[in-house]
Amino acid sequence: MTQTEENSMPMNEPPSSVAQIGIITKYEMRNYITARRFYLLLGIALAFSALFTFLIGHYGLPIGGGALGFYFEWWGGSAKYIIVFGAIVFGGDAISGEFQNKTGYFLVGNPIRRSSIYIGKYLAAVIASLIITGIYAVIMLLNEFYYYGTSIQWQFDQSFVFTLVFLISAMGLTFLFSSAFKTISYSILGAVVLFVGFDIIESLDSAFVHIEPWFLLTYGSEIVSDIFISPYPVHSTISDTGHILTTQMTMTTYNPTVPEGLAIMLAYFAVTSVLGLIIFARKEFN
Amino acid sequence: MKDLSIQAVNLTKKYGSFTAVDNLNLKIEGSKCVGFLGPNGAGKTTTLKIFTDMIFASSGSALINGVPVHSNKKEALKHCGSLIETPEIYPSFTPRVALSMIAEIRGIAASERKKRIEEAVSEVKMQEWMDKKVGKFSKGMKQRIDIASALLSEPDIVLLDEPTSGLDPRGSAEVRDIVKSLKKKDRLIFMSSHLLPEVSEVCDEVAVIDHGKLLVHDTLTNVTSKFSGGGSYTVVEVGFSRPVDNTNAISSIQSVISVEKIDSRNLRIKFSGGLQTQENLVSQLESMNLGMISLRAASSALEDSYLNLIKDTQ
Repeated sequence: MTQTEENSMPMNEPPSSVAQIGIITKYEMRNYITARRFYLLLGIALAFSALFTFLIGHYGLPIGGGALGFYFEWWGGSAKYIIVFGAIVFGGDAISGEFQNKTGYFLVGNPIRRSSIYIGKYLAAVIASLIITGIYAVIMLLNEFYYYGTSIQWQFDQSFVFTLVFLISAMGLTFLFSSAFKTISYSILGAVVLFVGFDIIESLDSAFVHIEPWFLLTYGSEIVSDIFISPYPVHSTISDTGHILTTQMTMTTYNPTVPEGLAIMLAYFAVTSVLGLIIFARKEFN
Repeated sequence: MKDLSIQAVNLTKKYGSFTAVDNLNLKIEGSKCVGFLGPNGAGKTTTLKIFTDMIFASSGSALINGVPVHSNKKEALKHCGSLIETPEIYPSFTPRVALSMIAEIRGIAASERKKRIEEAVSEVKMQEWMDKKVGKFSKGMKQRIDIASALLSEPDIVLLDEPTSGLDPRGSAEVRDIVKSLKKKDRLIFMSSHLLPEVSEVCDEVAVIDHGKLLVHDTLTNVTSKFSGGGSYTVVEVGFSRPVDNTNAISSIQSVISVEKIDSRNLRIKFSGGLQTQENLVSQLESMNLGMISLRAASSALEDSYLNLIKDTQ
């Protein structure tokens, strides 16, 4: 090394894109915590936990089913809502907020790929939701130990994994919405309408159309609760719901198999992630 | 001398039928400060946004140190700091946290990070606010932190979009001093501004754009001598508390080109030179004990040049 080189100021080389993803994730997590957003969702999860703990303590355990019935009622009935809340709270404005609030101007002009920003923010949202989902699971398991004194059933292990798959796909979907809109309210509203819309579409399909709703994310996520039913529910059942005027009405209830549910959720994750990344990479800060 | 350059090659940006930047060809090389001038909607910010990959060219390319910004952003921007409009920072962040994030993204070594952040914040006179949440800051305070962010990695090239916008007069003067100090450090500064005295004071060259087209890019001296109709000068209007009968003494002050009476107590003085000359002129007028009570800039050679250039494109 020459004397001149020794004396010169070292030039900054931006870290690898993978390292930059980690940096964005770290600071986004910090933003969630300092902006109290994290505590909002934690509060919702704790309120759900307190409600279930109170209801079980006051009205008793679910009749029949043992620990599996307990899991079905508590985890199967509510974990998906925690995930949906998390996706909306952390993911709803993750990208649209960068445009509307102009915080993106602070980041984008730096030597960092937009994909690193997107993935870093996505990971932060998933990790924050995961921490809260984990706390929610621990509270439920403490209740389960108290009432049943049993070890964790394998069905819960599987359901927890399915919940995580639902988390990454639901977050991918809200990030796609957030990427597609430049206005926070539209992106959040879009995500809320979509999740509510999924349930409505599934009900209408069940009553009138009678085709398996494999195209709905929430249908795929039903394996989170179905795994607690023993034996595992059959793929479809048709029930008579009576007459409307002279028309005989039937309801077809579909239940995804485990591979089917996983495939639907993973497909949502893959498609929404790719689309969200492409849209964000092409979006302009006008 | 480092090989610094920013270059627009046939750069065009269209929004539907509206052309914001129209086949712009501009090359700026070496360490200097170039003022980027033009009326509102001329395409200044659009051009700077293309250079920072915030928006994308419809055709043509923007190069920094010969590297295309859009296709190789990380490489192109690694030695380039920028301030485009007034970026917002997460309200829950303090300047220290926000700048730490930028320092890490830019690869400033952990051992240097604290020192660099403190130096950058000190340069924009925000030390007292280092650990306060940005959400409580005024626009001017945020602008100072944004400037600190642009300078944090000690970039060779600095792109500034109206850097004194939102700042009070003292803040504006401090930013001008920062730009001057960057020039001394052999940096290339490309700065858009509406404030022509500011450009006259700190820039070596000017590029004037209107309707997305480059009208002229040359040294300040060449532009003013070509387009103002008479070299580099400034015109000030000076008010006195009592009538000034004899203007010969004022005319004899070095650098004064002409003295014109507006009325018995107000004179229009044309002189060659910039702010330093103006400071000398004020001192001499005061020493003459004529009862000088006011002085305001009426126009400058750059202003006249600018108006002549823009007028031709209307």
